[in-house]
Amino acid sequence: MKKHNPVLISLIAVFLGLLIACIVLAVSGLNPANLFIALIRSLSGFYLLKPEQGINISYPLNWLLNSLPIILTGCSVGFAYRTGMFNIGGEGQFLVGGLAAATVATLVKLPPVVHVIVCVLAAGIAGALWGFLPGFLKATRNINEVVICVMLNYTALYLNQWAIKAFLPIDLNTKAKTTLFPDSATFFPLNFGSTSQFHWGFVIVIAALLVYWFIMEKTTFGYSLRATGLNKEGARYAGMKTKFNCTASMMIAGAFSGLAGAIVTIGVFKYGRIATAFDGYGFDGISVALVGSGRAVGILLAGLLFGLLKAAGTTFQMLGIPKEVASIIQACVLIFVAIQHGIKMLLDFLSKRKEKKLDGSHSS
Amino acid sequence: MKKFFSLLLVLLLAFALVGCGSKGNEPADDQTGGDEPQTLHLGFVTDVGGIDDKSFNQTTYEGLLKFQSENENVEVKYLQSNNDADYIPNLSSFCDEKADLLVAAGFLFDGAMSEVLTTYPDQKALIIDVDWLDASAFPNLRQVAFAVEQGTYLAGIAAGMKAVENGSKHVGMVIGNESASMDPFFAGFQQGVWSVDPEIIIDYDNAMSFNEPEKGSTLAEKQFNNGATVIFACAGSTGNGVIANAVERCKNGQEVWVVGVDTDQYSYGVYDDAGHSCILTSAMKRVDVAAYDAAKDVAAGTFTGGVKLYTLSDRGVSLPEENPNLTEDVLAAVEAATNDVVNGVIEVSKTAVYGDTDARVVGFYSSATE
Repeated sequence: MKKHNPVLISLIAVFLGLLIACIVLAVSGLNPANLFIALIRSLSGFYLLKPEQGINISYPLNWLLNSLPIILTGCSVGFAYRTGMFNIGGEGQFLVGGLAAATVATLVKLPPVVHVIVCVLAAGIAGALWGFLPGFLKATRNINEVVICVMLNYTALYLNQWAIKAFLPIDLNTKAKTTLFPDSATFFPLNFGSTSQFHWGFVIVIAALLVYWFIMEKTTFGYSLRATGLNKEGARYAGMKTKFNCTASMMIAGAFSGLAGAIVTIGVFKYGRIATAFDGYGFDGISVALVGSGRAVGILLAGLLFGLLKAAGTTFQMLGIPKEVASIIQACVLIFVAIQHGIKMLLDFLSKRKEKKLDGSHSS
Repeated sequence: MKKFFSLLLVLLLAFALVGCGSKGNEPADDQTGGDEPQTLHLGFVTDVGGIDDKSFNQTTYEGLLKFQSENENVEVKYLQSNNDADYIPNLSSFCDEKADLLVAAGFLFDGAMSEVLTTYPDQKALIIDVDWLDASAFPNLRQVAFAVEQGTYLAGIAAGMKAVENGSKHVGMVIGNESASMDPFFAGFQQGVWSVDPEIIIDYDNAMSFNEPEKGSTLAEKQFNNGATVIFACAGSTGNGVIANAVERCKNGQEVWVVGVDTDQYSYGVYDDAGHSCILTSAMKRVDVAAYDAAKDVAAGTFTGGVKLYTLSDRGVSLPEENPNLTEDVLAAVEAATNDVVNGVIEVSKTAVYGDTDARVVGFYSSATE
């Protein structure tokens, strides 16, 4: 089988996903054109049904805003994945990251900018601690990290509920969240006068992607992580510290998810939330990492794609398309990426037929 | 390979075009409809629960639908939020659509609503369960609150009389979560119960969730086993688990009762073919009336902002019109209490008692509520 460009395969998967969504819409008697109208609105801010409104910048900003946390959780899952582990604990790491950020934001008094940085660092550390246990147990006791991660997700959910009620200042009007964070502890908005909550936190996401790329592709440490992922016993035989690698990789993965928690908590909510259910950011990270094939650029693009589907959900619903259609597209893209072997075979088949045709024309 | 790609593209385009050709007119119709002054656009943003949560989202939506069914040229649309991050995009989306009335159900929308209305100050909006936003800053925002303690006070009287009749002097309450808007539910209920007999024990449990029926069932199991014969299920769809547990017990010949919440839940508790229900009565909170009133006022051009409180006197909170499970003397007591509350003879407090010296409230409650 020939080597195929992974970007091409992802693109085909996206096309097929959209195609299936169109079929689903057409079969249920809805207008597939609305799907594209909604996507274009989120991409450009231009609403084809109401061209007189001009360009509304809040829609593309919301697209980017939705992409930020899932790019980070995508980095989280991707980092562990390249080391041969499956970080399904993104939800929990996201929640403790958000909790840590909320704690620093409400209880610590610091000057602007510094306050935000400390919030973000606290969230990263909290996430790393949450990633430590599954990584450590995997490394030393060979306990399946998936089981530990799932259990820690629930631990984080209930820890969040208890800790916010017990320690943080509660908003007396609702008693269901903390008081609003002081301005010093929130990211400066970057919304060009629209209602979008897009903020400067995107700098952190770009930095995280650079760090991800640098560690993975450019350092000896990253090389040994990848080697551990490809063949743990082989790496150990070659003298690499695989136990350390497992633990460190899960901690770094946890830190990425923790950062995602901070980005959402101090960038969007601006209050500490008593979470009653998982938001799905960690699980979205799994899709992002797989579709992005664990590479920084891939994660960025996949994060932007899934962020677009999330952001377009509002216009989907406005046009009478159930927002679950976005989930259908996401699921289809994921399935087609997962069965990329099949797509490769299809590509091989197509190129072979072309070669045969060429051969045929030569001989005649 | 190129062929394969072009095939994909052609398929996609074909779908898009076919869509445009066959039904492309549909949204365009909405468009022209929007230009006619008589079409009223109502935009409703739900929280995570969605419009089929059998609770306040659904009830609010039903109020809007009722208005739509009674009037011509009314369009009702809703947007469901995945989490708190969706509130602002969803609310501002309706503002972009120039909806005539923007409706948000629940106190979690307070911050999002004020941010959106700062950008769109002319948008007429209704927010339910919020009464603390600055009315002068948002003159086009109607904030609606309910004196729920008055309704649950009546339910408490019914529950207390039932418990005394059963000889158990023990009732229960399952709450979805503790918050400022949930506290008065318990406050009114306990005052009602204790007005019947101040020695009645109240088993109290916080399910910490509005959408886990299995949790409700577990807590009901515990409270019924503790000796409670009436449970106030005040917990959204978690409460449906309480009702399910009671239905099972009634099927096995036991006599237990559940007090419903928000809507008349009589039909949820039916346990035999004769239509008997384990729902004693329901403490109704008429968010549908609030939504209906707001839509009606917008249509009539009489919509006003500010805080509006719905009470027992305007039937914004009440027991259902028909209560097949309440005996004559209970109905008479409820009627008397209704008059006393409406006339101001009795004032029902909004603040619940948790750990008093007589230990009449047993169970789990978190420190944040005290």
